[in-house]
Amino acid sequence: MALKGNLADFSTTQILNLIHLARKTGTLRLFEPVVSDEIITDGAGNKRRRIVPGEERASIAFRDGKLILAAMGDQDGHLANVLHKAGKLNAEQARIIRERGAKYSDKALALMLINANYVTQADVVRSIKQHTIDIVYDVMTWEREPFVFEENLTPPPDRITVPIDLKNVIIEGTRRAQEIKPLEEELPNLDMALKFPESPGEKFRGIHLSVDEWRVVSYINPKNSIRQIAKACNMTDTEIRRIVYALLQAGLVQLVRPPGMQAPVPAPAGAARRPVVVPPSQAIERSVVERLIQRIKES
Amino acid sequence: MPIQTVKMVVTGPFSAGKTEFIRSISEIDVVTTDETISPEAAEYGVKEQTTVAMDFGRITVDDDLVLYLFGTPGQRRFDFMWEILAEGMLGFVVMVDSAKPETFREAKSILETFRAYAPTPYVVAANKQDHPEAWSPEDLRIALRIEDHIKLLPCVATQRESVKNVLLELLYSILDEMDAGQ
Repeated sequence: MALKGNLADFSTTQILNLIHLARKTGTLRLFEPVVSDEIITDGAGNKRRRIVPGEERASIAFRDGKLILAAMGDQDGHLANVLHKAGKLNAEQARIIRERGAKYSDKALALMLINANYVTQADVVRSIKQHTIDIVYDVMTWEREPFVFEENLTPPPDRITVPIDLKNVIIEGTRRAQEIKPLEEELPNLDMALKFPESPGEKFRGIHLSVDEWRVVSYINPKNSIRQIAKACNMTDTEIRRIVYALLQAGLVQLVRPPGMQAPVPAPAGAARRPVVVPPSQAIERSVVERLIQRIKES
Repeated sequence: MPIQTVKMVVTGPFSAGKTEFIRSISEIDVVTTDETISPEAAEYGVKEQTTVAMDFGRITVDDDLVLYLFGTPGQRRFDFMWEILAEGMLGFVVMVDSAKPETFREAKSILETFRAYAPTPYVVAANKQDHPEAWSPEDLRIALRIEDHIKLLPCVATQRESVKNVLLELLYSILDEMDAGQ
């Protein structure tokens, strides 16, 4: 079953997070946005024109939640070009290899280049890895493209794939994308606290964080609100939001309400209203619930 | 003996399947009530003459107990009704159209709003699971960032057994909370 959607409703960061946490295998394909004449209604009842897929713009492959390969629709992902872009081949070498190696697979070509001492195996792996990551960083700035994630669709076996942990990519991509606007929507309340998910040691293994990010991580405790952490780290609201948002997107931390904190009422649309917490219903006896269960089972 | 009435609310974004959900289980034809807004609501800036449509269903347990199901209006402009509906409810169901990711954000927003209104048990119903483009409940849980302890149930609102399952799971959650509170 394919996951389909639009980056306007579900960002690349969220999709990568989903693929990472669910350890999915498959290919994410992104398309040129084409505005159709069809009118759709979103969840809030607002009408807008449906955006349908045009030409494919990019494809990103994953295995078990790790990034393995990416290609941009309008770029030639030939191994020779990737190595040239990484500075391992000059332009003339790349041209000759493209022409003479046209009939060879990536793996066969790489083997030939390694045996001929043009490049080392490490060069090939690093170049493909960087090429893949650069494409993903670019895609993380897109905002309107339709996408589809096709489960179990993977690159052909003759392509060279390099497993890359998504957590670092998400964190760095988020930094680069400078997602300022969603920060205030995702984290409107800095009085929330943070906690680590299950097996934090495993999740943080191999993670590359900045000094500021590690400083924030060191304060994470369900009793410390984000606001308190910001104060302790001498950070502005925007700075702490950016760091916490990146950590949330990478699945490294989770939001919690500190003990004793009442759930806030989100800002309503339309006329301003005073927030009201509706008191719990009068005590319902257990027998009433049991009777309801029995009645529904019998229906 | 006076009849005891209990209330459950079925909420969710526009076109998530709330009407179909109630219709599948209600013993009466789903009534779309046209509520006239009370003077008290006028303090919210709503004209007294404004009317809003809501779905209403009923399940009679026996001579002295009735369950009412209320479906919240889907359009955001009627969200002032949510607080009124939430008052006194036993629990609520948040319906999500699994095949429309453009509604996920709204579903999350509605969920957070109702959680803030009343600390009652709730379940999330991943509706339209029979649709070929439906996201699986597991993917929806991650996409909507729903905590692991909250039930997220597959649902096809036009199928009675599926709706029964969702309501039963909500009732079991209510029992669990009662037991935890003792």
